[in-house]
Parts: sequence; C-alpha cells; structure tokens
Amino acid sequence: MSDVSLTVNGKRVSGSAEDRTLLVHFLREHLGLTGTHVGCDTSQCGACVVHVDGRAVKSCTMLAAQASGSTIVTIEGLADGAELHPVQAAFKEHHGLQCGFCTPGMIMTATDMIARHPEGLDEATVRAELEGNICRCTGYHNIVKAILAASETMAKGAKGKARQAA
Amino acid sequence: MGIEGVGARVARKEDKRFITGGGRYVDDMVVPGMKHAVFVRSPHAHAQIKKIDVKKAQAMPGVVGVLTGKELKADGIGNLICGWMIHSKDGTPMKMGAWSPLAVDKVRYVGDAVVIVIADTKGQARDAAEAVEITYKELKAVVDATKAIQPGAPQVHAEAENNLIFDWELGDGKATDAAIRSAAHVTRMKIVNNRLVPNAMEPRAALGHYDKAEDHYTCWTTSQNPHVARLVMSAFYNVAPENKLRVIAPDVGGGFGSKIYIYPEEIVCLWASKKTGVPVKWVADRTESFLSDAHGRDHVSTVEMAFDTDNRITGLKVDTIANLGAYMSLFSSCVPTYLYATLLSGQYNIPAIHANVRAVYTNTAPVDAYRGAGRPEATYVLERMMETAARELGVSPAELRRRNFITSFPHQTPVIMAYDAGDYNASLDAAMKAADYAGFTKRRADAAKQGRLRGIGMSCYIEACGLAPSSAVGSLGAGVGLWESAEVRVNAVGTIEVLTGSHSHGQGHETTFAQLVTQRFGVPIDSVSIVHGDTDKVQMGMGTYGSRSGAVGMSAIVKALDKVEAKAKKIAAHLLEADEGDIVIENGEVKVAGTDKSLPWFQVALAAYTAHNLPAGMEPGLKETAFYDPSNFTFPAGCYICEVEIDPETGLTEIIQFVAADDFGNIINPMIVEGQVHGGIAQGVGQALLEGAHYDSSGQLLTASYMDYTMPRAGDLPSFKVSTSNTPCPGNPLGVKGCGEAGAIGSPPAVINAITDALGVVDIPMPASPATVWATIRATKH
Repeated sequence: MSDVSLTVNGKRVSGSAEDRTLLVHFLREHLGLTGTHVGCDTSQCGACVVHVDGRAVKSCTMLAAQASGSTIVTIEGLADGAELHPVQAAFKEHHGLQCGFCTPGMIMTATDMIARHPEGLDEATVRAELEGNICRCTGYHNIVKAILAASETMAKGAKGKARQAA
Repeated sequence: MGIEGVGARVARKEDKRFITGGGRYVDDMVVPGMKHAVFVRSPHAHAQIKKIDVKKAQAMPGVVGVLTGKELKADGIGNLICGWMIHSKDGTPMKMGAWSPLAVDKVRYVGDAVVIVIADTKGQARDAAEAVEITYKELKAVVDATKAIQPGAPQVHAEAENNLIFDWELGDGKATDAAIRSAAHVTRMKIVNNRLVPNAMEPRAALGHYDKAEDHYTCWTTSQNPHVARLVMSAFYNVAPENKLRVIAPDVGGGFGSKIYIYPEEIVCLWASKKTGVPVKWVADRTESFLSDAHGRDHVSTVEMAFDTDNRITGLKVDTIANLGAYMSLFSSCVPTYLYATLLSGQYNIPAIHANVRAVYTNTAPVDAYRGAGRPEATYVLERMMETAARELGVSPAELRRRNFITSFPHQTPVIMAYDAGDYNASLDAAMKAADYAGFTKRRADAAKQGRLRGIGMSCYIEACGLAPSSAVGSLGAGVGLWESAEVRVNAVGTIEVLTGSHSHGQGHETTFAQLVTQRFGVPIDSVSIVHGDTDKVQMGMGTYGSRSGAVGMSAIVKALDKVEAKAKKIAAHLLEADEGDIVIENGEVKVAGTDKSLPWFQVALAAYTAHNLPAGMEPGLKETAFYDPSNFTFPAGCYICEVEIDPETGLTEIIQFVAADDFGNIINPMIVEGQVHGGIAQGVGQALLEGAHYDSSGQLLTASYMDYTMPRAGDLPSFKVSTSNTPCPGNPLGVKGCGEAGAIGSPPAVINAITDALGVVDIPMPASPATVWATIRATKH
C-alpha cells in the first residue's frame, strides 16, 4: 500500500491505495471525482486527462503514488464557482459535446492547449494537438470550433485584464 | 419560432452536467456493499470446454464468488435470443444455435464469456480471474463468411449446416434476370463492406443489485433501450418477472447501435448478485469491448446493374453474404435483410430488383446493427455501382444519377418501401454548388502540377428511418412493435415533465424534446424536464436506434401534448366563461382570442389540481399519455461529395473537403442536427479510410485496442460543409424524418468514389489506408 497526499481542486487530500492504483482510479474511487473517465486501456483516448502541476496528463498513465505531492485539477475543479471556465462555456455554446463521455478529457486538454499557445490557435494546430483525445460522437467539428472560440475569448480576457492592470 | 421553440438553435440543457464532470454513467454508480466482476473469456475462437477448475480462484484474496455456466443453467437462466424471425426462401425458419450467457460446453469466438469472478476490488477480481483454470480442446475456426459456407468448413453450431443461418431473397428474380439479359450495358462488381467495431467511448457496463428483502432486482446498464432490456430479461432469460426488475440506463456514453442489445454480462451480473448476495458491477476494458461488443457490417456482395440505351437502370441483382459472427445477436437477422435489401432502390427508379442474402455463422464476435445498420451496406453497393457505371458508360456521375432519380411521390419501389416525399435533385444541386463541383477540373490540374492526385466522388443516399410501423415489422418477423410512448405531466405550478420511452445517449433529447413543449405552451425551456432511461419512471418504451426518436418518439410527445392542450383549453374556457374553440395558448398565457381575457399557464394547471372549479364531470389533474405507432417509415435522403488529394509517395489521403446536403424533413434544433451529421460523417470516413476489424485465420482479433484499430482523430478529418434542403415528411405530425445515421450511411461511397477517381482504378478495399492506397498505386503502375 502507498500513502498518497495530493492537492485536488484546491483541497488537500490524502489516502492510502494499493501500489498499482492508477491516478485515475484514485480520483474516481477514493475521492469520488467521477468526472474523469476511463475510455481505454492503452492511454490512447484521453478521457482521463487532468492537470498535474499545471500540465495536461492522462491520469491512466500515472500511478497515484507517483502523483503524491502534486497539485491536481480535474474537470470538477475547472469552473470558478458557478461561473463556467471559458472552455466549458465554449463547448456548450458551440455544441462541442454529445454523449459527454470524452468531454472532461477534451476540456482539460483544450485548456492546457490554449495556455501553451498564448499567441493564439488555428484549426490545423488544434486538430494536431487533439491527437491524444478520441471523440466518437462529434466528428471533432464542433470541438475544434469550441476550442478556437475559447482561445479567442481567453485572449481578449487576458488583454482586458492587462489593460485594467495598466 | 421562439428563441427556445421549434427550429431554434437552443444550447443543450444537458450540457451543464457533462462539462462540469457531473455526468452519471454506470461506472460512476456506487451501491453499498458493491463488489467488482471480471469475466474470464475464451482465448480460443473455437474450442470445447473440457474442464473448469475454480478452486484456486475461489481461495484468492477478496473473492466473493466464481460462477460458471453450469450453475447459471441450473438456476434456469435462459439463452440469448434473436428477436427477428427470418425465413429462408424455401420457407424454413432461420437456424439459430444456442447462446448461453456463460459458455457451457463450447466456446465460439475469442471473447466468449465463460466464468464470472467477483471480488472486493477489480484488481482482486482480475488476479483471481487469472487463477481460473479452464481446459480447452481447440477446434479449427473459420472467420471468413465466404469460406464458412463451403463444404467441410468448421461447424460453428450443429443447428446450422454449413454455417448457413438463412438463405433469403427479396424482389423479383425472373424480372431482374430478364432485365440483365436484355440490357444495353451491365455493370458488374464484387463489393466488400468491411467489418467495424462501433466503439462508443464509454465501454459497456452493468451493475446488478438483488434486494433480498424486496425480492427485487435493479440493473444499471449502458443501454439504448432499457425497457426492451427489461422485457427480454424477464420474458426470455428468466432473470426476474418485469415487476421485480428495474432497469436504469443513466447517462450513456454513446451507443451507435452497440448498446441496443442485451448482452450476457448484464444478465450474469443480475443473476450473480442474487447468487452471491452482493451488488455486482462489471465495466468492460477497451479490449474487452473490441472482443465482445457487437460488430457492424461485414458483407460481401456480387452485384449486377443493367442499363438501357438511354442509361436508365432496368435491373439490379445483388447476391450478399453477411457474416453474423458466432451467435445471433438481438436484431442481427433484420440488418442484412429488411434494413438492407429494402433500400436497394436508393434514390432511383429501378423497375426490377432481386436480392439474395445468405447469413452465416463464423468464429467471430456477433455482428448486429451499427449506425445505419444495413442501410450503409445498401448505399455502398448502389453508389459504388453508380460510380462505376458512370465511368463505364462515359457519362458524368451526376448526370447518370439525375437521369435515374425518382421525381414523383409517393413512389413504390420493387423492394417493399413506399417513399413518401423527397427532392433528390435539390440535394444534388446543393451539394454540387457547395463543393464548387464545376471548379474541380482546375483544382485537379493544379494538384497534378504539385505531383498530387485529386479525386472527387459523390454519393446519393436514402435511408428508411422512424422505425417503424408495428404491424408492418410484425408481418416481416419482428418480435416487438416499434411504436413509442410519451407521458406529459403538467405539475400544479405549471412546470412540465415529459416521460419518454426514447433514450438519449448523446442525441440531446433533453433539449430537443423540451423545445416541443416550449413551442406548444410558451413556457420557458427551463421549466420543462425530460425523463427517460428508467423503467420505474417510464412505463414502457422501445428506445433509441434507427433514427427513430424524432419521427416516432417526438410524435408520441406531440400526441400527448395534444391531449394536455385540449384539457387545458376546456379548463380555461370554463374559468374564463368562453367558448373552448376561442381559447389559444401562447407565451405562457391561456387567452380568449380577440379579447383581453387570459389566465397565466400556471393558473390553469393549478385549477386542474385544486379541482375546485372544473367543468362538470371532468377528472382532476393535467397529465396525459400517448402511444404513437407510425404509419410508414420516413425517408431521409441526401447527397454527399468528397474531394480528396493523395500523396502518391506515401499513399496518404487527405480529405480536402466534405460536403453534405441532407433532406431531414422539418428540423427542431438545427445545431443538434448538424452535430449528428458531423459525427456520422466521421464514422463513415473512418470506415472508408481508417477502420477495420481484422481477425487472423485462427480467429484472433488483431485489432483489439486503440493501438491497432484506427479510430478517426481530429487530424484525420476536415471541418465539414453541411446544409439541408428539406421536404417535410407527410407521415408524422412534426414532418420530421431523422438524422442520426445519415452521415455514416452516405459518406463511405463518396470517399471511395473520390479515391478511385483520383487513382484511376475501379475499386479499392476499405479501409483505404495509406498502405492500401500506396500498394494500389504501385500495382496500377506496373
């Protein structure tokens, strides 16, 4: 058994898990954070993407014990209270989801993608960056649209904040 | 159209829970005392079970039960059934072999469930599953349906000699043969429709809970039709009588057909829960899904199409071998018959059609409906034939299609279907315009200058949706009726709950269905809730597949709304002392037309429940139920155009543009409809370019993970150009046709027609992967 201590969605949590427990299972089964999904066995589908210390990580590729000490954000921790994160809002506005199963991973990947591209995104980049996330419902059309829209909204927001600061 | 009514692009009500991690899928369910199950599955495609030794496994840490097929049979649990009877052309019924939920004597495909192991944790169950010792005697396997029907092939079931389940025909063989004999031109092709794995992103799962005190079972399952699951598990599998069995299909992460069927796992989990006294949850691994979900397609067809001197089609003869896998899944028999051969007239006037279909057992996973179900196979046959014929006849593919289009309605085809409405020229025109078809010659020349091969292909599909008139399908062998139910409950404060027998697993019913109510009564969409997926809440329903939830499910809601509206008007007329015929309901007000007399909607609802002042003899309450049984299928149709560019050095095909022009009848929420088309196209393009389930000759599935089975990813696809040009469906009150499957039906031939156009070849197998394209280019050069 391993002791696991994490900061998840701003809260300190700790527990004990079998050594073989993957981070995704620790989140789902020990912490009850079932928004993070398991869609495959081979780290291909990306339904389990969370942020570990600020980076998008497939939580099925990491042992819970390995993640101990990390700061983790899951889909449940992305919104600011009742206010949706711009990526969440864009997925809703642009119909970027259907069955919703891949959606948490898509949104966590997208927020990381947007953060890594402060210069902005184009369709080809978004499509290339979604290599690790599989959706069977949307044909990606509206996911791409949602991510591009969120990227623009967030860029405008950042500029607005910068102006306010100045 | 209001901002939340019919025709509006209303953002989905259900999205909030999905984008915040609040979706509730079966794997998210936790019941006190719940244990975890792992199935021990056959590693062999065909073998006798000589011995099963579970002693070691039973002694493993955390194990609460290790159960076999013998125990299951001893408890009287029944075999799985196929719910659609097909008779061969000689009049004999289809030859169905037994499918035990846990194999007893013999395993017939890799993945056949043999033993269930239940333990405190999934890890422990997995460990113990490895300790189950099964002694097999391996038998020779057969995976290819064309080989399985040869004399001397391994026999999958004793009941089906030469593995032939049925040899069925539709249409007029003599007239078709005569047309071919007297034709000015005959196009002939062998057409293969590749085997696919549906791959809903949520793997199948089941949680069975037997409550001893109540002698009652609850099953949470990843189902597209929980009521059918309850019906079948009660009536045929002897799990429990219907009043003792509740089936809940909560949020379901995609289905595409694969979650229609009742599989062994949910039956076994329910039975095992009673047997072990604990709730039992099973969630499939992805590889397990690849092995045991019902696969799709897998047809081999020999086709002849006859033309007269004016290039009009005079006859179509199709001989199809359909691989149904190792067992007959719930609706497997209707897919290559009544969902396939009945669509072989396509959008065309064809005076004589004959289809012969042989359905065959093999040592592969069961094959059943996958998005489109028979209709993609029919469309692929027809639209590949039309393309090849156009090239052989030296006419443009568009011209050949136009010449043969059906232009007057209703139109009776020679293969059962009576098309009610359509405008095929309109879709073709719209698609050609959107694709700038006229500019293709220049684009091709420009690409050639870069050393790249451009091609363009079209596909004009039709499908039969809105499954289906109950008496019609009953006469064709269906074991169920295909109506739908709805109940509209107006609460005392005027909020509204709609209970539907349709099931949403991504289609957005919670929004689209609510739009109907908003349109009718002018109440805000937030005051309307759609309830589905629970047999304790909704009395009975037939579920969602075959693009039926719009045409059939929503029509039932409309009928129930009609009744609610009529009663509300009676109450209002009484309260306002007006004539019932003068009452109108709009914007949340119940008014007397042409006066300033009105009541807010909620007051009429409240009056129905206080019952202080109702018309004489009226029962209190405002709640109505309706069952809607359609009078005909609906016939969505459209034209898809695909333009590709191929790198001859690598064989990589890039989709330059994909245009869809559909006729779905009236549309309730265009945003959701477009999303359905996008997703369908992605699956169709996946079939054409990327996807294929491959078994080796010993029956091992070589494509059993996302490392091996190529799912379409964002980088494989372009953004799509979609539009609609709609003719309302005359057969249902909303004039809707259905849109869920069109994308997957219309797109594969468009892609392959484009690739063969680019390469200058007659045919290329699906998936036209880079390796296949590269090899085809090399073979053509020499």
